[in-house]
Amino acid sequence: MSVVSKYETVVGLEVHVELHTKSKIFCGCATSFGAPPNTNTCPVCLGHPGVLPVLNRQAVEYAMKAAMAINCEIAEWCKFDRKNYFYPDSPKAYQISQFDQPIGSNGWIDIEVNGETKRIGITRLHLEEDAGKLTHIDGGYGSLADFNRVGTPLVEIVSEPDIRSPEEAKAYLEKLKAIMQYCDVSDVKMEEGSLRCDANVSIRPRGQEAFGTRTELKNMNSFRGVQRGLEYEVMRQADVLDGGGRVVQETRRWDESQGKTFSMRSKEEAHDYRYFPDPDLVRVHIDAAWRDRVRASIPELPDARQARYTSQYGLPSYDAGVITSSMKLANFFEESLKYTSDAKASANWIMGDLLGYLNANNLEIEQVKITGQGLGEMIQLIEKGTISTKIAKTVFKGMLESGKLPQQIVEEQGLVQISDEGAILSIVDAVIAANPQSVEDFRGGKDKAIGFLVGQIMKETKGKANPGLVNKLLMDRLKG
Amino acid sequence: MSITVKDVEHVANLARLTLSEAEKEQFAGQLNAILKYAEKLNGLDTTGIEPTSHVLPLANVMRDDEPRESLPLEKALRNAPDEEDGQFKVPAVLE
Repeated sequence: MSVVSKYETVVGLEVHVELHTKSKIFCGCATSFGAPPNTNTCPVCLGHPGVLPVLNRQAVEYAMKAAMAINCEIAEWCKFDRKNYFYPDSPKAYQISQFDQPIGSNGWIDIEVNGETKRIGITRLHLEEDAGKLTHIDGGYGSLADFNRVGTPLVEIVSEPDIRSPEEAKAYLEKLKAIMQYCDVSDVKMEEGSLRCDANVSIRPRGQEAFGTRTELKNMNSFRGVQRGLEYEVMRQADVLDGGGRVVQETRRWDESQGKTFSMRSKEEAHDYRYFPDPDLVRVHIDAAWRDRVRASIPELPDARQARYTSQYGLPSYDAGVITSSMKLANFFEESLKYTSDAKASANWIMGDLLGYLNANNLEIEQVKITGQGLGEMIQLIEKGTISTKIAKTVFKGMLESGKLPQQIVEEQGLVQISDEGAILSIVDAVIAANPQSVEDFRGGKDKAIGFLVGQIMKETKGKANPGLVNKLLMDRLKG
Repeated sequence: MSITVKDVEHVANLARLTLSEAEKEQFAGQLNAILKYAEKLNGLDTTGIEPTSHVLPLANVMRDDEPRESLPLEKALRNAPDEEDGQFKVPAVLE
């Protein structure tokens, strides 16, 4: 019996999202990514004695916005607590977090896997500060600490154990990323660490109600990594159980290059964070007026946009889902529709040529020069018969690389479609005269021969002949 | 509730402190005395009273999201036990 049919996978995800405030959560240091080590630090974030943290209002509002966008209830009162631990990534020896009064709780998001919609519960969303970055050197004899990231505001989003496969985990993460991007609270770049994900994973025999023993999985640094890490861990746990063993509750690290998870040297004792309310920070009171103001700032979210694209533009749900999975892609699509009314054509170009190019070159849409206007105008040129769909592919590539508008590319490269019957007819005649064998084959019933003749005509015109006209004129001649 | 030597060892370990046997005994006694003093609060009837998380009757003390200048690097590193490449150098920590 396969692992999948014998055991059920149970996953809960803990996702950390860096909020893109200009300054840190409790001090005025800048939050920019990539600054030289320790140049964005001050006595507050370095944990010097006697300093006082002051809460950044924008961080609270971003957290509220994020919590509302994932359908959480917003706490009227909340507070900050100290989570105590000794590790050199934290100069204070505690992290300011929220323990028993998170900003948001009891939320949910919908994901779509294999065409089916599934609701994943969100236990809570709380606000906290990020830790520093350690680099290990000297062959493991020393570590270097960069505290620039200390104090960057984070929200931690904890899901219910509702996720039942690595694929669902990936879908959940992608949806969460899209929502945070639409809300404009974070850059959500996994490769820069502004979106990070840990997973609690266990398996249980199908039909069993009680959860199995779980392991905590860390270091999955990409969407693909999350899926692969979970796939590996599920198989590993199944092997342990099938071998008559027991899964040990522990933290494991995903190693992307080896494609395996490894037990992390367990700290000498269980976590004992001794949370207590931070006496340096007073409580936060979120009244109805503040809540309403923030709620009003939430834009149309991915699910709503997907629904609108199907009803307003008649796109298939799948297409609408792909395009709205990224806000920048969705904005690009809408920009194109200012220049063409053919939404389906725009969607096809986006899902085919644009995403194909981006995926093949591992790029994001903001890294290529093509604009929504360019795509919209190009579709117009096809509609007017100025260029053929085939030539449009060349124009599209030109737009990706140069950012020029299609009309300019068509003029510069002489790509205007030949729709003059007389001109095409003379080439048709010449090709017929030069290929008597193909003509005979066609008349003898070999339909395929026509493809060769069309190809020859296209070659003569460097692909610029109007394909519909070529077909019509060629058939007229051959049958005439 | 009473603090044992074992509790003292646990807390000392979490705080990365090494204590002698005599100190463990001494601190256990002192901690017990402190807790016993605080235990007086248990004599109060707090039925229906919300737990207090802060002694000040204030809420929403916040600042605007405006970056301010950070410390110059040499000042930031002044208290570092050791440094290298503009970073705090510490004994190895393994994950």
